[in-house]
Amino acid sequence: MSVLVDENTRVVVQGITGGEGKFHTEQMLEYGTNVAAGAVPGRGGQEVAGVPVYDTVHQAVEAEDANASVVFVPPAFAADACFEALDAKGLDLVVAITEGVPTQDMSRVYRKLQETDTYLVGPNCPGLITPGVAKLGILPGNIFSSGNVGLVSRSGTLTYQVVDNLTDRGLGQTTAIGIGGDPIIGTGFIDALELFEADPDTHAVVMCGEIGGEDEEEAARYIGANMDTPVAGFIAGRTAPPGKRMGHAGAIVSGSGTGTAQSKITALENNGVPVGDTPEEVADHVEDLL
Amino acid sequence: MRLHEYQAKQVFADAGVPTPASRLAETVEEAVAAADEIGYPVAIKAQVHVGGRGKAGGIELVENAEEAREAAENIIGMDLKGYHVRTVLVEEAVDFVNELYVGVTMDRGEGKPVAMVSTKGGVNIEEVAEEDPDAIAREHIDPAFGMHPFQARKVVYDAGVDRNLANDVARVLQTLYQLWDDRDGSDVEVNPLMITSDDEVIAADAVMNIDDDALFRQPELAEMGEEAADGDELEQKADEYGFDYVRLSGNVGIIGNGAGLVMTTLDLVDHYGGAPANFLDVGGGAKADRIANALDMVFSDENVDSVVFNIFGGITRGDEVAQGINQALEQFDEIPKPVVVRLAGTNAAEGMEILNEDLVTVEHTLEDAVQRAVDYAGEVDK
Repeated sequence: MSVLVDENTRVVVQGITGGEGKFHTEQMLEYGTNVAAGAVPGRGGQEVAGVPVYDTVHQAVEAEDANASVVFVPPAFAADACFEALDAKGLDLVVAITEGVPTQDMSRVYRKLQETDTYLVGPNCPGLITPGVAKLGILPGNIFSSGNVGLVSRSGTLTYQVVDNLTDRGLGQTTAIGIGGDPIIGTGFIDALELFEADPDTHAVVMCGEIGGEDEEEAARYIGANMDTPVAGFIAGRTAPPGKRMGHAGAIVSGSGTGTAQSKITALENNGVPVGDTPEEVADHVEDLL
Repeated sequence: MRLHEYQAKQVFADAGVPTPASRLAETVEEAVAAADEIGYPVAIKAQVHVGGRGKAGGIELVENAEEAREAAENIIGMDLKGYHVRTVLVEEAVDFVNELYVGVTMDRGEGKPVAMVSTKGGVNIEEVAEEDPDAIAREHIDPAFGMHPFQARKVVYDAGVDRNLANDVARVLQTLYQLWDDRDGSDVEVNPLMITSDDEVIAADAVMNIDDDALFRQPELAEMGEEAADGDELEQKADEYGFDYVRLSGNVGIIGNGAGLVMTTLDLVDHYGGAPANFLDVGGGAKADRIANALDMVFSDENVDSVVFNIFGGITRGDEVAQGINQALEQFDEIPKPVVVRLAGTNAAEGMEILNEDLVTVEHTLEDAVQRAVDYAGEVDK
C-alpha cells in the first residue's frame, strides 16, 4: 500500500527546536505521523510538542527505536546532519528538507550514502507522504488521498498541483515522493520507480521532471527496460531559455540540446510514457492507464 | 555567481597559476596608459559575463597607442550580447605556440567532481565536448579524498600533453582543483592555457563560477561578485528583493511559488497562445510584503500587459498572499495592468475571503487563470 513510509515509520526530527522544525513536527503529528524523538545538540532532555529531544541522533535512535529522520537544519549544518543520520545504524530513511545546501557538501554526503543501505530523500524537497498514514516533511496533507497511484517529482509545488488534479478525479495515491530539484540529490527517479514497480498496490506512476541534467532521460530508459507498471509524465520548463537558471539549482538548460524539456519528453515518449502538456492532461493519461 | 576574468585571474595568480601582466581600465585614457605601461602588443578585453567575447568584437589585439585608443573606444560602453561593457582588462599579449584547456567542474550525474584536460584549447570547449568528446580527457575525483597528484598527472598524460610540459600542466590542474574545493567553485577553468616557445604555461583566460548556496562561507568572493553584477535593471532589483527572477520577451507577467510550479505556469501561458514576460518565484513561506514586492517588480516591466498569480500553498499561506496582493494594489487609483489570481493549498479559502475582488480577477484552476491572463494580454495587443 505504500513505499518507504508506513504505519511502522518512527521519526526523529533533527532540528526540532527551530521554527520550521517545531511547526512541521506539530503538522506531522496532527497528520498521524509517529514522531518519536527530536535531536538537537545541547537540547537533550527538553520536549517539543510532547516529543522527547536528545542531544544526538544516535541517542534518539537507541532510546526511541526511530527508523527514519527528517532534517530541518539550516544549510550550513545540513550536510553534517545528514552524515549524523547516515552514521546512526537503524535509520532506513533520511529526508532532508533544507533548501540551499552547498553542492560540494552534497557531493560528500552522496559519497557516504553509497556505503549505506539508507534512502536519503532530498535535500531541498517537500518530503514524502503515504496518504492517511504518515507524512515526513512539509507537504500539505489535506490535498492527498489514498489510492493506487505512485508519484515522484523534482518540484514541491508542482507535486501539489499534480496531486490536486489527481485527487479531483478520484485518483488517490499510494505514496508521493518529492525528491528535490538540486543538482545532487540522494534518492533519484530510478530509485523511486524501482520501489513503485515492486509495490503491488501501486497500479500507475506519475513522474514529474523538469529541465536540467539528464536524470529524466535515464529514468525513461529504465522505464522502457524494466517496468510493467505504467507511467505517465510531466516535464516543466518547455519555455525556459538556454543558459538561465530557473529557480532550482539544477534547472538550467545548457545550450547544447541536452537537458531540455524536449529531449526529456522525447525520451519518455519513446519508452512508452505519455507526457501531459498540462497537469490536467497528466490526470487524463493516468485515467487511461489504470 | 560568476567572477569577471580580471577577478578570477587575481584569485588564480594568488594561488600560483602563472597569468600575463594586466591592468583593469574604466576609461579610454586609463586603457591607453595601462597599455603603454605593459608594453605592446597588448590585448584589450571586455569584462562581461559573456562567452565568445572575441568573435563578438569584445577582444582586440593592438600594436601601438593609437590602436589601443581606438580599441578601447570601441569596446568600453559597447553592448555585448545584451551586456553593457563598463571595464576592460588590458593585458600583455602572450606569444604562444600551443593552447590547452584545463578545468574542474561538478559532474552532477556522477555526484562528484571531474577534472578535464584537452589539447584542443583556445576554442569553445562545449563544442569540442559535443563534436569530439574523446578530445577531452576526464578524471573523476573522490570528494572524500580530493585530487591525488597521480590523478592530475594521469589526466594530463591521457590528454596527450607534451611530456616536457606535463608536470607544469598537472601543477596548474592541481591548483585549480584546490581552488575549486576551497572556494566552493562550480566551474573553475583556464581556456586557453597558453604554451610559449620556451615551454612556459600561462593562463590567458580565467573562469571562476562559485556555488551561490556556498557564498555564506566565501565572504571575500561574495563581495567580488557584487562588483561583478551586470544584469539589467530589473534583474538587479530582483537581487535586492531576493527573488529568483528571469526576464523573458513576452507580455504575460508571472508570479508563483516554487520553481517547478512557476515553470509550469510559463509553459501553460505558452500552451494557451500567450508569451511569458518573466519567471518570478517568490519562494516558500512568502509573507505579505514579499508578495507586494513581487507585484512591484512585474509592474516595473513595461512589456507586461497582464499578470497571473499562481500560488499553491504548502508552507506559503493563502491569507498572507491575499493580504500582499491587496496591499500592493490598494495604493493605485487605477490598477496598471489586469491581475488574475489563483490561490490553492494552505489557507486558500481564508485568502479568497480577504482578497479584494474589485482589484483582481479570481480564477479557481490553474488552467482558467492562465487562459484569462493570456486573453487580457491579447486584448491589449489589439
